[in-house]
Amino acid sequence: MNGTETGYAVTLTDLSKRFGDFVAVDRLNLQVGRGEIFGFLGPNGAGKSTTIRMLCGILPPSGGSGTVAGFDIGKDAEEIKKNIGYMSQKFSLYEDLTVEENIDFYSGIYRIPAIKKRERKEWVIEMAGLREHRSSRTAILSGGWKQRLALGCAILHEPPIIFLDEPTSGVDPISRRNFWDLIYHLAGQGVTVFVTTHYMDEAEYCDRLGLIYRGELIALGTPEELKTHQMTEEIVELFCDHPQDAMGLIEELPGVRHAALFGRGLHVVVERAAAAVPAIERKLADAGYTAVQPERIIPSLEDVFVSLIEARDRQEAPQGEFSR
Amino acid sequence: MPFTSRFLPSALTMDAIRTHNLTRRFDGLTAVDRLTISVAQGELFGLVGSDGAGKTTTMRMLAGIMDPTDGEAWVLGRHSVRDSEAIKDDIGYMSQRFGLYPDLTVMENMHFYADIYGLPRRGRAEKIDRLLTFSNLTPFKNRLAGNLSGGMKQKLGLACALVHTPKVLFLDEPTNGVDPVSRRDFWRILYQLLKEGVTIFVTTAYLDEADRCNRVGLIHKGKLLACDTPVNLKQLMRGAILEIRTSDPRRTARLLRNRFSDATVGLFGDRVHLVTGDPGTGETAAVSLMSAEGIELLGIRQIEPSLEDVFVSVLSRQGGAQ
Repeated sequence: MNGTETGYAVTLTDLSKRFGDFVAVDRLNLQVGRGEIFGFLGPNGAGKSTTIRMLCGILPPSGGSGTVAGFDIGKDAEEIKKNIGYMSQKFSLYEDLTVEENIDFYSGIYRIPAIKKRERKEWVIEMAGLREHRSSRTAILSGGWKQRLALGCAILHEPPIIFLDEPTSGVDPISRRNFWDLIYHLAGQGVTVFVTTHYMDEAEYCDRLGLIYRGELIALGTPEELKTHQMTEEIVELFCDHPQDAMGLIEELPGVRHAALFGRGLHVVVERAAAAVPAIERKLADAGYTAVQPERIIPSLEDVFVSLIEARDRQEAPQGEFSR
Repeated sequence: MPFTSRFLPSALTMDAIRTHNLTRRFDGLTAVDRLTISVAQGELFGLVGSDGAGKTTTMRMLAGIMDPTDGEAWVLGRHSVRDSEAIKDDIGYMSQRFGLYPDLTVMENMHFYADIYGLPRRGRAEKIDRLLTFSNLTPFKNRLAGNLSGGMKQKLGLACALVHTPKVLFLDEPTNGVDPVSRRDFWRILYQLLKEGVTIFVTTAYLDEADRCNRVGLIHKGKLLACDTPVNLKQLMRGAILEIRTSDPRRTARLLRNRFSDATVGLFGDRVHLVTGDPGTGETAAVSLMSAEGIELLGIRQIEPSLEDVFVSVLSRQGGAQ
């Protein structure tokens, strides 16, 4: 099957990976369309990196199958490596080299033909806004510039799909927004973007999200779908003084799963908001809190993420520790 | 130093942390530039900024690990340079690398830190037990630190920083690379510490975390741009934010950028944010633009700015990032 013909950049069928007895990735089924920005979320150790390594042709799967950019991840690992871009949070730039030298270095790695080299280099410098810094040592660049340079180096060979592994760690908000503008621009040209992140505000930038936990894909949908359809519980938000004391009181109420600090307020996960709102109001009023005004809200992505993982934990025993 | 007597805090109204024009230069670079802040006892204070903004350097000076080039700092009334040894008894410091020994077990790491801080043998086992329970690490006490997950390493780092019962806790980007479930757990532990009266000074690059602090300082290129409660900081936002949902968000963002300036339009997945001086006019303009271009408008409403919006707004006024 050729992914380019089907319109899919990534297709996975029952993709699995075992390390001895441990199932790191368990029958993953997923299709990512061309030009889609797909966010891949999950706690540490859930199987995210193992999946990405398989998609990049670095790690052979133990079961199932998949294609990336039309190539079979079991058989065409070398072809996949030529057809993807990969950028990690470490940026993999050489700090002692200048901006141009870093680009030249990656041009060599990706065997960019001599005739195209100059054009691609100029493209990266323009894209990253580094015209005035082309001869500067990379070490002196700000996080935002390094990030854009790393992205440029990762896509010098114009791959149809790029993997971004927590790409915006430690970058200031303005640079982060610029970075996402670039990502949208690339996606608009048909490049598929596969991104992992721990930050839910970043997940909001994606077209579609998949949540992996204990090796299984436990949720899949647009950010909007996840927020409106995925949670069986409801969320009540309230603001009060000493929220950490109020939390304890609220958690004693029946029908309340738990309370969490959220910004300067509390998010309370409840079975039914209609019953919980008056109960919370009464309980807190008895304890001397005034004007708390709990209200039902649309859950944030973080609420959804935590709730789905806890629901899964209730179904099974907590995940056994393992060490590699 | 002419300011010493004027700014030396009295024991009665003693701040947990106080700095005056604190400055640190490295070669040509001013990493921290005349930083003046005070943090009350029992407060949770967040210093927020990007990589290289000066957060870690500030924290190192406060912890008495690095001397300032200029200016002064006091922690619990003790001078950061003259009394740096005494300061160390009162503070816990969790650096970004946590300083854990991967080939020691959880328990051995705890004992190691107990030794470093000269914790008396008597009562030590109980103290360590309590910290392990507190951080939910008891089941893993015989596991090598190198084999812990990111979230557990972070909690062990915190437990080690607390072994000598410090009054002020410094946490340098403690949740970097940690998943949301573990992060919630971690913040819960921090609030428990606040209840016990510990002052917490935390740095982060993430604005959603900053929202959890009592007070927040925004630092950029070594300079403090603003410092206040999250609620008050939101007043610094210039203009209102409209959240626009349409059938084609990417095209919507492009059109709005052509119509308004680049800096005022942000694309967040399926929603577009437009910063506008007057929400009424902004809304009318956006609605007519959408209908002229044949894009279906699914919703438009004014939303409360996030701290990130504020940060971007304040930074833009300072001449932008980089």
